[in-house]
Amino acid sequence: MFDWKWDFTFEILPRLLLATTNTLLAAGIGYTIALVVGLAFALGQRTSITLLTVAVRECVEFIRSTPLVLQIFFVFYVGPQVGVTLAPWTAGMIAIGLHYASYLSEVYRAGLDSVPKGQWEACKALNLSMGRSYFRIIIPQALPPAIPGMGNYLVGIFKDTPMLSVIGVAELLHTANAVGSETYRFLEPYTLVGILFLAISLPAAFGLRRFETWARRALGVD
Amino acid sequence: MDNDTHPIRLRETDPPAVRFSQVSKHYGDLTVLDSLDLDIAANEIVSIIGPSGSGKTTVLRVLMTLEPIDDGVIYLYGQPLTHMERGGILVQSSDAHLRKMRSDIGMVFQHFNLFPHMTVIENCMEAPVQALGLSKDEARERSMDLLTMVGIADKAGQHPSRLSGGQQQRVAIARALAMRPKVMLFDEVTSALDPEVIGEVLNVIRQLAGEHDLTMIIVTHQMGFAREISDRVCFFYEGRIAEQGPPDQLIGNPQNERTRMFLSAVLDAD
Amino acid sequence: MERYLDFLVEYGPRFVDGTIVTVQQTVLAALLAVAIALVMGLMKLSKLFLVRSVATTYIEIFRGTSLLIQLFWIFFVLPLFGITLEKFTAGFIAVGMNLGAYGAEVVRGAIISVPRGQYEVAIALNLSPYKRMTRIILPQALIAMLPPWGNLFIELLKGTALVALISVTDLMFEARQINGTTFLSAEAFGTALIIYYLLARLLISPSMLALERVMARKMGRTPGG
Repeated sequence: MFDWKWDFTFEILPRLLLATTNTLLAAGIGYTIALVVGLAFALGQRTSITLLTVAVRECVEFIRSTPLVLQIFFVFYVGPQVGVTLAPWTAGMIAIGLHYASYLSEVYRAGLDSVPKGQWEACKALNLSMGRSYFRIIIPQALPPAIPGMGNYLVGIFKDTPMLSVIGVAELLHTANAVGSETYRFLEPYTLVGILFLAISLPAAFGLRRFETWARRALGVD
Repeated sequence: MDNDTHPIRLRETDPPAVRFSQVSKHYGDLTVLDSLDLDIAANEIVSIIGPSGSGKTTVLRVLMTLEPIDDGVIYLYGQPLTHMERGGILVQSSDAHLRKMRSDIGMVFQHFNLFPHMTVIENCMEAPVQALGLSKDEARERSMDLLTMVGIADKAGQHPSRLSGGQQQRVAIARALAMRPKVMLFDEVTSALDPEVIGEVLNVIRQLAGEHDLTMIIVTHQMGFAREISDRVCFFYEGRIAEQGPPDQLIGNPQNERTRMFLSAVLDAD
Repeated sequence: MERYLDFLVEYGPRFVDGTIVTVQQTVLAALLAVAIALVMGLMKLSKLFLVRSVATTYIEIFRGTSLLIQLFWIFFVLPLFGITLEKFTAGFIAVGMNLGAYGAEVVRGAIISVPRGQYEVAIALNLSPYKRMTRIILPQALIAMLPPWGNLFIELLKGTALVALISVTDLMFEARQINGTTFLSAEAFGTALIIYYLLARLLISPSMLALERVMARKMGRTPGG
């Protein structure tokens, strides 16, 4: 059927599975960067310094509204121009991490906005410091509504990792491209990549939904 | 048949306008209608009262065919509504049969359910044009007459969101009447209204009772209104009619213990 | 600064050409995405299991894999099945099919957000199932789905940048070409980034806001009210 070659499939499968670990690694590192930088972006927009708030806001809007693949090229090629040469992995992680940080900052922001004003007033009345208010009172309440959005972007960053292939990060799609150009066969490698992505993202999405329900219960929301 | 003709006296041979015959309905383990038998004559005005969960709203919803019944048959003017005859036996209604039968019934809801994306007059014209196939001019004329009757003609070009609850409910009544139904169902039409506008809606229903030959079934919590307007009041309890009779008798001198408890609780609250 | 002006004077026309192709890809992909979203969103609400399954399968496959993989598959693998698409066509079809899957969920969500009473009164007024949907439910759902569609169209614009990877001569493609010949990476990619940003913020966002305002007026409401 359609000239599908099973022996070829099994020949390239180990190579693709190996590349899958790179894909997962890239998603994991990128997401970790995004979690931390995203929080900085979100809190940066809540300061009383207007200039900083506006600057961070514009920065987030810019990153969110422009293509990730172009940002990957930008970070990778502009480094050497100013005298800093970045390895593909480094450039890729910076680009994808910042891109998803801008998404996550919006999720955090919505979560923080959902905490009633009265909670802040109570913190002030109890004379809690700014940091204590955030980390002991506000963020724990802002987290539950943010969990679904955070989960969606975890799956999202995983699905965007193939874009890293454009600067030579050896993830799944890059490996499939290599196989294709060596063997002139595209049917099996590209189809396998699609199936591998489905095989990971569908259970992941399902697992995240389960986690959401569990987390909401554990945090005492439901 | 035109609603403007004079009322026909009910003879013994005339079928009732509405007949519930051994009708049951369950939600899972919960029985909301329990082998209900209820006949309503043409032009009769029947109020249904009872505690929440007693099945009174369900009577209207299954009659409007918003929800299926599990057992029994509902008849409209002698014709089966929930079922149809095929090869000498009654089978479940097809969509086409439901649509044909439904055209004799109009319903007004607790929460008005006006179409927010249409003006008042468009709300009234929608079904006559789209379901009855009236021309826009005919539908507009008919709708304006009805809006005048409910005293809201000056708001014809407004969107529902600009109207008070009482005004919205009067539009909803005009909209249902625009289909010229023979049977009108009123489902707690004042429950979502502020106290000061309840009167204007009840007045419209009083007027309808006086001027039009309509069969009306009214689910209400307004005991005074039920007593004044109805030919008969039915007290529902656990999916059955626990007691029924002329309003003065049922509300003024209830015989059933449940009815007495319910009425004293409701009247105390007022 | 002066150097950048010289750069713009020299390469400006190519950025303009690329931008035109990007806008074409965006518009065509958007039309396809909206059509697919409507069909799949309605199919997902069908009473028939088979119809629902077709929609679910489509949505899960296109949302479960990456746009880039779908693009490559459509461009490189489909020809093996006898379906050869020109690169321009393959580009907007891949983007449109991908965003259509996300849009289907938006359509479905908007339709089920219409209050149940609206369905019931449409039945009580004896409107046919088709008219219930087209005249009562969909117009109201449309208003609920406009804001999420605004975001989807920006995602769609961003998605079109990938068509450069199958050599469609869009904005991204031109930026790479210019970078390759001049090595002025900051200028080449930076200019393209700014153009994408302007398209999103000055074209898509304001037109969606205007559309929301028009729809809100049709509902007799003031925006936000």
